[in-house]
Amino acid sequence: MGQSLNYLKETPSQTAGPYVHIGLAPGAAGFDIYDRELGWDIAGPNAKGERIRVEGLVIDGTGSPIKDVMLEAWQANADGNYAHPEGGGDVEEGFRGWGRVITDFETGAWGFDTVKPGAVMGRSGKLMAPHINLWIVARGINIGLNTRMYFDDEAGANAKDPVINLIEWENRRSTLIARRSEREGQAVYRFDIRVQGENETVFFDI
Amino acid sequence: MTQPAEYYQRDRGRHPPAYTPAYKTSVARSPRYSLISLEQSASEVTGPVFGHNDVAALDHDLIKNYAKNGDPIGERIIVHGRVLDENARPVPNTLVEIWQANAGGRYRHKKDTYLAPIDPNFGGCGRTITDENGYYAFRTVKPGAYPWRNMVNNWRPAHIHVSVFGASFCQRLITQLYFEGDPLIPLCPIVQTIPDPDAIDQLTAKLDMNATIPLDTIAYRFDIVLRGRRSTLFENRLEGN
Repeated sequence: MGQSLNYLKETPSQTAGPYVHIGLAPGAAGFDIYDRELGWDIAGPNAKGERIRVEGLVIDGTGSPIKDVMLEAWQANADGNYAHPEGGGDVEEGFRGWGRVITDFETGAWGFDTVKPGAVMGRSGKLMAPHINLWIVARGINIGLNTRMYFDDEAGANAKDPVINLIEWENRRSTLIARRSEREGQAVYRFDIRVQGENETVFFDI
Repeated sequence: MTQPAEYYQRDRGRHPPAYTPAYKTSVARSPRYSLISLEQSASEVTGPVFGHNDVAALDHDLIKNYAKNGDPIGERIIVHGRVLDENARPVPNTLVEIWQANAGGRYRHKKDTYLAPIDPNFGGCGRTITDENGYYAFRTVKPGAYPWRNMVNNWRPAHIHVSVFGASFCQRLITQLYFEGDPLIPLCPIVQTIPDPDAIDQLTAKLDMNATIPLDTIAYRFDIVLRGRRSTLFENRLEGN
């Protein structure tokens, strides 16, 4: 026996369960308690860059939409800076870059409005293509799932992205790419997340 | 180009695996492929920053934050502790959110149809920001056990859901707090998704007589540990630079 290292151990995860909305989005659970719920406004009114909407489903291994998911989004602003002391630079007043999104209880559809992020400086000076980091929790998900959403109109940057290129199976890379369309003049990106089964989304251990 | 100091690799053996067939809902909701391990970049070592402006004065007091015409029914409890990292350093100014059933085991949620009644004075959620020492405290009522559909006769032990942020997106954690001595803990398929009994103990809040308020409120202590971070001392001496 040598000396003890005396590190603490990380608290283990447990599923967020079916009633995650009570704690984190009580309005969705059906009651009004807080003056202000958190995470409903990702970009704020002053953010530069293109205003976009992101929509999708989270789909289980049977092919059914999961209707009790909570997603959290974490993204840089249009300059590629995160609203954090180590975020790379300043962000606009009111830009938090973090959002909380609840799926519709009937359809499983989710969506949020934000600005398109810029490219972010990655490790060893390699630029990462614009992306939104996502964290997914739900009943039946024992530990939150991390993934990234990239943009299909950034094909050149995506091809050089160091994280996309880490994925050995090239046919799985497309699971991280959202598809752009226009709706009434607004850019809408579609991003379905397949937790299991055909075209299972790539998830990361970050 | 300096690299961000990385957080310690998550010990996945201490967390529940994704696929845990005794907890049936996990079967179709668990990825089958391995997670792809990332060296952390700014996207992982940053995360949302919260402040006291984000929470209101009563948000941490579940006995008062939804009271309409009196206090909620149930055992009055304080749940308190510190948010620390694996280096035993406090995690200050981080958002801690909780949610729970009422004393009868019923959630205030439009999807909960358990026959135990809603308590008109109990919402069941709270939030607070840790102080400079990583300390937090909530006042609430002890939640009741309740049945759930898994096998026909499964009951959840009394528990409080806990959500914590830390300083970075890679520290993000949601877990559940159980209460010391609850005989349902070893019977619960959700608790038992955690393979390590020592890790289950880490989710079991201990009765804390020193923190009880005599003749008023009993207390439980629940410390939360988030991932620790490497020292930055040698950050310029990385391979490949």
